Amino acid sequence: MNKEQRLKKRHNAEKRFRLYGLASILLAIFFVFFLLNAIFSKGSGAFLKTTIDVEINFNADTLELSQQPTKDDIENADYYDLSIDNILNVKSVNGLDEEKSLINLFSPDYEYEIRAFLINNPSFINQTKVLKLTASDDFDQLHKGNYPRHLPEERRRISDFQLNLYDELVNEGKVDKIFNSYLFTKGDSRNPELAGIGGALVGSFFTIVITLLLSFPIAIAASIYLEEFAPKNKITDFIEININNLAAVPSIVFGLLGLGILLATFNLPRSTPLVAGITLALMTLPRIIIPCRASLKAVPPSIREGALAIGASKVQSVMHHVVPLAIPGTLSGTIIGLAQALGETAPLILIGMVAFVVDIPSIPTDPSASLPVQVYLWSEQAERGFVEKTSATIMVLLSFLITLNFIAVYLRQKFERKW
Amino acid sequence: MNIIILLLVTIFSYVSFLYGRSRIKEITSTQSIKINALPNYYGYYLALWCGIPALVILLLWSIFEPTIIKFLISQTLIQNNLVNYSADEVNLIYQKIRSLYEGNFSGTLTEEIKLGVKNYESFYRIAQNSKIVLLLSTFIITISYGIIRISKNNKARHDVEKILTGLLFACSLVAILTTMGIIFSLLFESIKFFTAINIFDFLFGMSWSPQRAFVSDASAITALEYENLKGAFGSVPLFAGTAFIALIAMCVAVPIGLFSGIYMAEYASSKVRKYSKPIIEILAGIPTVVYGFFAALTVGPFFREFGEKLGLEVSSESALAAGLVMGVMIIPYVSSLSDDVINAVPQSLRDGSYAIGATKSETIKKVVIPAALPGIVGSVLLAVSRAIGETMIVVMAAGLAANLTINPLESTTTITTQIVMLLVGDQEFDSPKTQSAFALGLTLFFATLILNYIALRFVKKYREKYE
Repeated sequence: MNKEQRLKKRHNAEKRFRLYGLASILLAIFFVFFLLNAIFSKGSGAFLKTTIDVEINFNADTLELSQQPTKDDIENADYYDLSIDNILNVKSVNGLDEEKSLINLFSPDYEYEIRAFLINNPSFINQTKVLKLTASDDFDQLHKGNYPRHLPEERRRISDFQLNLYDELVNEGKVDKIFNSYLFTKGDSRNPELAGIGGALVGSFFTIVITLLLSFPIAIAASIYLEEFAPKNKITDFIEININNLAAVPSIVFGLLGLGILLATFNLPRSTPLVAGITLALMTLPRIIIPCRASLKAVPPSIREGALAIGASKVQSVMHHVVPLAIPGTLSGTIIGLAQALGETAPLILIGMVAFVVDIPSIPTDPSASLPVQVYLWSEQAERGFVEKTSATIMVLLSFLITLNFIAVYLRQKFERKW
Repeated sequence: MNIIILLLVTIFSYVSFLYGRSRIKEITSTQSIKINALPNYYGYYLALWCGIPALVILLLWSIFEPTIIKFLISQTLIQNNLVNYSADEVNLIYQKIRSLYEGNFSGTLTEEIKLGVKNYESFYRIAQNSKIVLLLSTFIITISYGIIRISKNNKARHDVEKILTGLLFACSLVAILTTMGIIFSLLFESIKFFTAINIFDFLFGMSWSPQRAFVSDASAITALEYENLKGAFGSVPLFAGTAFIALIAMCVAVPIGLFSGIYMAEYASSKVRKYSKPIIEILAGIPTVVYGFFAALTVGPFFREFGEKLGLEVSSESALAAGLVMGVMIIPYVSSLSDDVINAVPQSLRDGSYAIGATKSETIKKVVIPAALPGIVGSVLLAVSRAIGETMIVVMAAGLAANLTINPLESTTTITTQIVMLLVGDQEFDSPKTQSAFALGLTLFFATLILNYIALRFVKKYREKYE
């Protein structure tokens, strides 16, 4: 091998090496987009729901109401007969089986939807109005094109008769896709078309507020102590070792801590945002202390010395001068820590947040779900409709995380000073 | 109740602040002496004397009240000879009493529950009343002490600062308390578990099937039952599965992460760096439950279909899918850490290498990487510890059956998956099944602790080398 060949070989090796590096970066970026695309393409459908137009005749006699009913009467009336009568008017069907097939086009909540409309618009008594009733999960998926209608009849839940009904309704322009407000207002449900993340949103909100209230003051106080006041001794070293270790402990271990101490020893209520908040606060604390200390450390000593020189005490120099300058850094560290806590699932599963909770919690000691746990719960469900619900929940969760991270970056860039 | 008390404490503290401030002004104006601190500090001084003792009492009271009431109730139940049950049954009755008191009781009312509720009500009322009395008397004592001190024109700023530093110190102790809490809660249940199951049978047993483990009475296990239990709680398959999935993850994360780190540190222009680094770090910010969903719904079925086409039998919960997705999650940890350590290698080393005619890649391979090796090893170890502690991906995408296998297409299970499976749903606290989850948690805790310790030692040694 002569000199030129050797040089060429070395230069080729150089190019190859560089290419490997570029390829791995591109691969990593590809993973990001592939992942996000997989989630977004599945989830965007859940923001719409399929409705079927039904002309409702709010006949006072069918509802067994007087001609001038009070609000209470309207609320307490039995809407079942009225609903069934009107739904069966949508298409002409014969026999119980066909009637049942027609009713099954609708989500089981039709009765409550009709009732809710009349309560809000009591003037429609004895009048007719076309309502958009929510379609059941199977037809929702069929209308969104996710249902395997080409399968033979015995292998799908929708019968051929129902398919015909559906096609006729589509041709008459009675089937519609509208914004799915249930997704944000309702709690969990066994029926995908009625399930929403309302409960999970409120639960996550309570959890994160409790985590913030507990972890932020303690983390700031601890980092001020360690960075500014702590003497160099064994206790300080021990605290620092503990903080660094805790930051790397797997989150599930904190779940065991919550289960063993908070639930079993202190008897706090299971499945609640209160316990979740405390557990996550303990988990987030070391992860916040580390960036808080870094931003306190970044304040130059001249600031402290200047304050001391004009007669301030040590506490005054720290509290009046160092801490205010470090606040933006500590805030952005805290927000990033909270964003991690918001996406944390494993510890919440261990403290029982996997319970099936329909009601939206009103105080932090009510049993509740949270966004990441809702993702986990729905991903285990077999119904087709839950796949898009899960992806939509992930989209909501990710949008919160992105917002939080943007706020953190903004705070850092806007207020952080370069010395 | 506690909220009202907290509100009152806040109001009282604020009033004390105002009083302290005006009091010292009054003293100095009438006696014309020089005060030892700014007037505000006298206010703070009094407010602290008002608030802190009250908060401490409130906290301790809330922690111990339920336990003491429970103890008293079970005492009265036993004294009245209505109950001569085991501790478990007393617990159950206590739960019923509480739920009846809170008004969400369902079930049959028995004599002891009725009696218990009556006692509970009276104990609860006594507790509330004595809490208020205690708080008020403490308030009167501490506040009068504070006022006397102020009247003597004490060095309020000095005292306030001392208390403040003490508070800051107390906050930093929370980290130690958390560690202690973790160790105690894990150790406590694990010791109970290890009294039922021999620790060596747990650590070296070859089969794991806790659903087989039905024990009627944990305190009296017969020899026959023990043979059965021993076979149910052998954790070797879990350790093997955890290590196996972590290995697959590292096979993905280390090459991609390391090469991205190298490219980022040595080749990329500042513009490429500026955009690609945050994009890759998105991977670290995505919640793990999202990866789990992705692995279970996209990657797992994809591998199964792909395998079917090749004529391979691939489990839809294969170790490969879980490991691969976990690897993707770990890429940013490896890449940003190795980026940092490569950047920390002094430029003089590179310049020396270039000077004797090495190409850039030769310099990286023969000079930079060997120099940065301890740091890189440290970052890989940190990534491994993250992989073995990762929960959601494996819970959702890896299997539940503990197979001892090295075939990545079969399903395996991990420590974290089993902890979740053992503790989901209603569990009674005194069964080896529940306790085994804590024993697994303890093993996991120590495994990650040791890995982190070694990793940090590597990184530290590396830093010392170039500082």
